[in-house]
Amino acid sequence: MSRVEAKVQQGQGWQSLCSRQDLVANSGVVAWVDGIQVALFYLPGEPGDKQLYAVDNRDPKSGANVIGRGIVGSLSGNLVIAAPLYKQHFRLDDGTCLEYPEQSLRTWPVRLHGETVEIAMG
Amino acid sequence: MQPVVQRLRTGKGAWNRKVSGAFFCFENLIGLDRCSMNSSVATLKNPQTLIVIGNGMVGHHCVEQLVERGALAQYKIHVFSEEPLRAYDRVHLSEYFTGRDAESLALSGVELYQQPGLTLHLGVPVLEIDRQRAEVITADGCFSFDKLVLATGSYPFVPPIEGAEGESRLVYRTLADLDTIQVAATNARRGVVVGGGLLGLEAANALKSLGLEAHVVEFAPRLMPVQLDDHGGLALKAQIEALGVSVHLSCATQSISAGDEYRYRMNFTGDEFLETDLVVFSAGIRPQDALARQCGLELGPRGGVAIDSQCRSSDPQIFAIGECAAWNGSVFGLVAPGYQMARAVAAQLCGEDSTPFMGADMSTKLKLLGVDVGSIGDAHGATAGSRSYRFIDEATASYRRLVVSPDGKHAIGAVLVGDNSYYDALLQYVQNGIKLPTDPACLILPQGEGAPALGADALPDTATICSCHNVSKAAVCAAIDDGCADLAGVKTCTKAGTGCGGCAALLKQVFEHELTARGVVVDKSLCEHFAYTRQELYSIVRVEGIESFDELLSKYGKGHLGCDICKPAVGSVLASCWNRSITDPLLVPLQDTNDTFMANMQKNGTYSVVPRIPGGEVTPDGLIAIGAVAKKYDLYTKITGGQRIDLFGAQLHQLPDIWSELIAAGFETGHAYGKSLRTVKSCVGSNWCRYGVQDSVGMALVLEDRYKGLRSPHKIKFAVSGCTRECAEAQSKDVGVIATENGWNLYVSGNGGMRPRHAELFATDLDDATLIRYIDRFLMFYIRTADRLQRTSVWRESLEGGLDYLKAVIIDDSLGLASELEAQMQLVVDRYECEWANALNDPEKLKRFRTFVNDKRSDPDIHFVKERQQRRPVRDTELSLIPLFEEVI
Repeated sequence: MSRVEAKVQQGQGWQSLCSRQDLVANSGVVAWVDGIQVALFYLPGEPGDKQLYAVDNRDPKSGANVIGRGIVGSLSGNLVIAAPLYKQHFRLDDGTCLEYPEQSLRTWPVRLHGETVEIAMG
Repeated sequence: MQPVVQRLRTGKGAWNRKVSGAFFCFENLIGLDRCSMNSSVATLKNPQTLIVIGNGMVGHHCVEQLVERGALAQYKIHVFSEEPLRAYDRVHLSEYFTGRDAESLALSGVELYQQPGLTLHLGVPVLEIDRQRAEVITADGCFSFDKLVLATGSYPFVPPIEGAEGESRLVYRTLADLDTIQVAATNARRGVVVGGGLLGLEAANALKSLGLEAHVVEFAPRLMPVQLDDHGGLALKAQIEALGVSVHLSCATQSISAGDEYRYRMNFTGDEFLETDLVVFSAGIRPQDALARQCGLELGPRGGVAIDSQCRSSDPQIFAIGECAAWNGSVFGLVAPGYQMARAVAAQLCGEDSTPFMGADMSTKLKLLGVDVGSIGDAHGATAGSRSYRFIDEATASYRRLVVSPDGKHAIGAVLVGDNSYYDALLQYVQNGIKLPTDPACLILPQGEGAPALGADALPDTATICSCHNVSKAAVCAAIDDGCADLAGVKTCTKAGTGCGGCAALLKQVFEHELTARGVVVDKSLCEHFAYTRQELYSIVRVEGIESFDELLSKYGKGHLGCDICKPAVGSVLASCWNRSITDPLLVPLQDTNDTFMANMQKNGTYSVVPRIPGGEVTPDGLIAIGAVAKKYDLYTKITGGQRIDLFGAQLHQLPDIWSELIAAGFETGHAYGKSLRTVKSCVGSNWCRYGVQDSVGMALVLEDRYKGLRSPHKIKFAVSGCTRECAEAQSKDVGVIATENGWNLYVSGNGGMRPRHAELFATDLDDATLIRYIDRFLMFYIRTADRLQRTSVWRESLEGGLDYLKAVIIDDSLGLASELEAQMQLVVDRYECEWANALNDPEKLKRFRTFVNDKRSDPDIHFVKERQQRRPVRDTELSLIPLFEEVI
């Protein structure tokens, strides 16, 4: 069972966010979900259930909503996003910060349903 | 001064009464310790007064050491210099003719002498010393002293030759002498130096730099008779003559008369003669001991102030250091022993233990006219029973001699001509008594034949690495243990390598060896995805014609994604090589956020926008257009240091609209967000300025237009000044251009910022086409070889071979790269397009410029407040003050 399916089975509903066309490959965009800013990262080169990530857009260090504009990369096997202002790295799958464990980003299940990007806010 | 006044007011009642009438006058005078006040001031003196006569290299070093040891807490120091200039580097004097000016030759910044309690009197010779009254008498009045240090140096010895006067009796010692030589060299074709020693050959180099046909006339039968033996002298002569300097040995000049073909004729013994337009005497130095003679100090048998091993003269209050001093009858004409004396005196004056001066090693390593010359210890094999090994290569005129002790176990001297790479190891063998290998000859045989390298580990802890600053291997190790993680840190911390610089290679070796010994691996990988340096990746990209990150990663990297280190670095390399638009979908994910959105992100996530204003020239309409955009979008507006206008506070989704309007008004992107050419700053130049000699704005426009958009390892700044007054501050830029009567002087590798560096003069009087050709080559060579995020200043300092090497590559095309570099630049220039114009024409590219992909609103968390009539990001502490109903942008 995939990570996403596991969470959904716990009773979260999917809602559609945008289309695949709105995403930028190997980079990020930001969506507005009921007052929450969600950064979406699309990695078409990854295996099917690891292509799409949704994390908090707010950078805890600067307080600015900029995470969606960082650089995606991999460090020691972790897929990470580098925050654009102070360059600290957050793991895309669980939002933990590699440099400052006390900081972290919220993450949400997200999937491609056909050409539609769907998120489960829970 | 304050404590003295305090004592006056509160201390002894008698003093209060005595001075009260003239109190202000007294206060003014006490600062200078004028001897007119001496009688009343004497008992009040605290601090004491220390006078240093002479501000040459040694006098300066003494002051530096005094300050470093906290002498200003005890002494008020007055330094008198006969010359009108702050201490400068006499060792590299001939570079004055190849681009270095007085300021760049200066040994320290002016700040050293601006400290309270330290006064430098420039151009004020001391006329007399009155030991009875403990005063020195100068043209500016007399000054009393408690302690006196003589550092008056030496003067050139000119043998009495009939007819030698004016331009047939020039000397080579000070910058003023060099100015005189330069004047004499105008309209001259040939110049002769009398004296084939170290200084004489330096002087010949100077004449050669001035474009004269240079000749050296030496009385002895060989060049550098003190340092070299016969074979060494021969090899050096052969090399120097190959460089176009004529050498005349065993020639004694009898008289100088008017010449037929040249201005003068030098007549030698035996009817021989040589004609010339000027004569420079460099036949040795004499200690400048006139003041010591006048005040009756004891002198050495061949002149010089006689000193003991504490550098004290016959008057215990007076010290003498450097070339004016004679220890054990000998005068030491090198800078290292002078520095040793300076340190000894500074330590004593500060009440510290000092290392007594017990003579000095006169080993020396030089580059004379570009030829390596080294002399170590007993170079002539004068020690009874000593034996020598010699290597003679007549094909390249190289010569090496190793002198060993009678038992053959230790090296005691060496001579090198043609290749100084053997010097460091040989010096260590001699100085530290290291046991010789079984076959000592291998130490001077051409390398690559199994010579056991004397690694840094073979050196004992006591081995001197830097003799100028007396830094031992142990001191270098201690610096590393105290946390100096790079060579620059070790240099700053220990001063090693900051004197003559001769130990640079050895210092680097020791440093790297010690790091390795501590288990520190110097890993040069770019990041975990590429085990290559930026330079190596650049070559791979170029040679294999790679145009995408994915291709490079799959062929030469690890993983399939990269990271925030390698992606922008490779993105920059790809752009430098092929200059495809950074808005290309394959390139977009590589860019740092600023490049991706073609604007500079500020602390609250908004952007600043900088339209290009080439050369800082803008029409009123252009200015109005920028103003209109700034007003419409309520952007905070500020003039930058690069003569353009920065507009702050734009949100992501506003950028395309802002740029459409700016482009419609004729602007293009300013690349303020990129590691690329930023601006070409200029002064107004000859069109308006009464001093301007060229159209600096016109040139700035040409340069900015040519190099705009060029991606590079770091940002690049240019400036063009229209005359030598340098109002555009070109000498602090990566590329600086200064107009001359005949064209342009090119300066390179300057920097402002955290570690300011003056740009170096690279080439002079260039025409427009040559200027651009050199800049093309310079920039492309930098892009090709620099490290990631390395500015041209640091890159230039890291280049082995330094400025000369860079000149050889760029000007003389020593690597045969010039046409390739120019072609690469032309490709980049031809492919230039305004990235913003490109993005605006492509709806696909614009979709990234949305704050939210599924909602039209702005970021509701961005708040501004007004300050000085403009808005700025709200501070955390101000957030609670914002009314909840305030409309957000």
